[in-house]
Amino acid sequence: MLRKSAFLGAAAAALAVLAAPAQAAWTGLNMTRGVSTLSGEIYSLHMLIFWVCTVIGILVFGVMIFSLVKFRKSQGAVPDTQLLHSTKAEIIWTAIPVVILVLMAVPAARTLIRIEDASNTEVTIKVTGYQWKWQYDYIDENVSFFSTLSRDSDAARQLDSGVDPKSVPDYLLSVDNPLVVPVGKKVRILLTSQDVIHAWWVPALAVKKDAIPGMMNELWFQVQPDKAGLYRGQCAELCGRDHGFMPIVVDAKSPADYAAWLASKKPVAAEPAAAAAAGGTPLAVAASAN
Amino acid sequence: MAHSTHADHADHADHEHHGPPKGFIQRWVMTTNHKDIGTLYMVFALLMFFIGGSMAMVIRLELFQPGLQFVDPQFFNSMTTMHALVMIFGGVMPAWVGLANWMIPMQVGAPDMALPRMNNFSFWILPFAFVLLLSTAFLQSGSPAGGWTLYPPLSLQGGDSFPMAIFAIHMMGISSIMGAINVIVTLMNMRAPGVTLLRMPLFCWTWLITAYLLILVMPVLAGAVTMLLTDHFFGTTFFNAAGGGDPVMFQHIFWFFGHPEVYILILPAFGVVSEIIPTFSRKPLFGYESMVYATASIGFLSFIVWAHHMFTVGMPLAGQLFFMLTTMLIAVPTGVKVFNWTATMWKGSITFEPPMLFAVAFLFLFTIGGFSGLMLAIVPADFQYHDTYFVVAHFHYVLVPGAIFSIMAGVYYWLPKWTGNMYNMAVAKWHFWLSVIFVNVLFFPQHFLGLAGMPRRIPDYSAQFSEWNMVSSLGGFGFGLSQLLFPLVIWQCVKGGQKATNRVWEGAHGLEWELPSPAPYHSWADAPPAEVIARGTISH
Repeated sequence: MLRKSAFLGAAAAALAVLAAPAQAAWTGLNMTRGVSTLSGEIYSLHMLIFWVCTVIGILVFGVMIFSLVKFRKSQGAVPDTQLLHSTKAEIIWTAIPVVILVLMAVPAARTLIRIEDASNTEVTIKVTGYQWKWQYDYIDENVSFFSTLSRDSDAARQLDSGVDPKSVPDYLLSVDNPLVVPVGKKVRILLTSQDVIHAWWVPALAVKKDAIPGMMNELWFQVQPDKAGLYRGQCAELCGRDHGFMPIVVDAKSPADYAAWLASKKPVAAEPAAAAAAGGTPLAVAASAN
Repeated sequence: MAHSTHADHADHADHEHHGPPKGFIQRWVMTTNHKDIGTLYMVFALLMFFIGGSMAMVIRLELFQPGLQFVDPQFFNSMTTMHALVMIFGGVMPAWVGLANWMIPMQVGAPDMALPRMNNFSFWILPFAFVLLLSTAFLQSGSPAGGWTLYPPLSLQGGDSFPMAIFAIHMMGISSIMGAINVIVTLMNMRAPGVTLLRMPLFCWTWLITAYLLILVMPVLAGAVTMLLTDHFFGTTFFNAAGGGDPVMFQHIFWFFGHPEVYILILPAFGVVSEIIPTFSRKPLFGYESMVYATASIGFLSFIVWAHHMFTVGMPLAGQLFFMLTTMLIAVPTGVKVFNWTATMWKGSITFEPPMLFAVAFLFLFTIGGFSGLMLAIVPADFQYHDTYFVVAHFHYVLVPGAIFSIMAGVYYWLPKWTGNMYNMAVAKWHFWLSVIFVNVLFFPQHFLGLAGMPRRIPDYSAQFSEWNMVSSLGGFGFGLSQLLFPLVIWQCVKGGQKATNRVWEGAHGLEWELPSPAPYHSWADAPPAEVIARGTISH
């Protein structure tokens, strides 16, 4: 068809122009599989509904394209003006979608029930949103600190900063103090906010929930035991001027490294006030980077 | 627009008013004529498309590459907020009311809308509402920047623009409610004898259901924004947890309006496409009655799916399951519609004039938007899609090649009837091809961006999103520029051109095509005779 070929031609031309630099990264076409115990399941659901839609699309668009090509007046097509309705066809194309939807709803509901089961968590962290940073409180551990956009990203993101964002590592996705969690353990996040609504989202953990002032929300994740590493996300609810500049970085460590990190962050008995205040200093960053 | 030359139409020659009043004020400001008011609505909507479109150009310019090059983040947020408000309330809704004004009386054999004075009032509120809304750009606080959804507490930080935006929304709501009342009263009371409900064209049916949705939900929006207003200025705490209120309650109330609202934007599109596809397939609409019932089902379901816009607020499991299932259910009547349109083309005799081109593009691209909507219904996956560019891609697919393409299809379909002239088919086809190519270059990559993790409503992004944003922006600039052809075609057609026949299109079928072209200033002053009704309405 002309329409299709014109579209493909234009798309190919656009790609050819833009793909010229060899380093151009045409990655990131799809959802991540993630690293949590449930993220793979959510990815599979996404792919399942995607393929269901693709197959239906091929069939429906196929019939449409066939009609548009075959029943053209210029090809001498004569209209069948008696073809006004068909009860049989209408029952079929009502019933089949219902069956498909029921079949889709079953695995979706099953996964959803698992997502909502926040029992037996081992670590609890309270996350508080502010315009425009996050605060992490390790409940019962007396560890608390703020997490804000890293300085090099913040400098580069100013209007007409003159800094090429591509020269900044993890531009807009790096913070001074990441949230540190142990792998292999069920981590519970309690979410709230001090000002407006924010949303805490880490794609690799397949969790996103709103942080709402005056309310407490709950979510959980469990990083797979062999998936220690840094996972990045962003605030996902418009929260004002710097909504785009309050990233989230989760540093998943082995349980031993996590315990060591936690011990290093705990206030020393002699001078608890000073240590607590040091939560956001460069010294603490250096310590947490170990 | 069209200076009436209806003297050749004997039925109307003895009518008291022979043509439009002479003076500009009398003709356009004081008018009670449904065609003039329809024209006012359409011109207003076109102006708003270009204002809202310019805002989109600012957005795509800033997102062309990572880093902030052109605008402050606060101004960027104003652009996304105002783009949505202007396009929804200033562009798409007035365009539909304009088409309803022009076509509904002609399609059901009525001399005018039932409440002509109110019709004038409902239009003339709109320019004041939008002058007020757009003038917030000159305030020190800038325009509203908390998103068109106005979620508190953020929207309460809006400074002086906040009460102005709320007052503007109230005015738009009053205008919409009056427009809806007019449509319902006209369709219920003004149909010519013999035009029974189930002989009405689909455009009238979809508008009738749209009008009921409008009357049911616009007061809900008015209530929600009034509560915001009293929270801000009069010490109430409807949406403030510190005072016993609940910020999430606003979202429930807003989306109880907001979801039917998206069907208000798209149901009349279903009607227009249901007129155009039969005409250019030279075959009556397949499954007319099931189309009516499917539209009514969609209207009903639109009231019980609202919370799918807010799966991440922390709802009980039972609530999430309920809203997932009802949302998936909407795919059934929507599917029936797509299948019926396809079956209408099946064994037809198809030609591709500009209205049909836009309608066919609607059929394909709206369906793509429907598929991503089905994906968004799957709650666990929605946790990943929510508030990303995947959602932006989804609703732009249903609103741009969905609602806006069908508005353009409708204009290209009825323009010769309005002006009496054929328009420049070649330029209109250029307009179509450029639009349909660029709209895909613009919005398709946004699916990838969302899945790869780019949140919506951000002025700057991580370098990994650079390439697709650049493609999307190029598509955006191309789409924006292509739209300049649209007023060009319309202007030329108003000025002159090859004279249109009464039927205009070979396969056209309906009472409006029984009138002369251009349609006389006062049409169907006497009810159409029985044989005209028989020829011009649905028979089954």
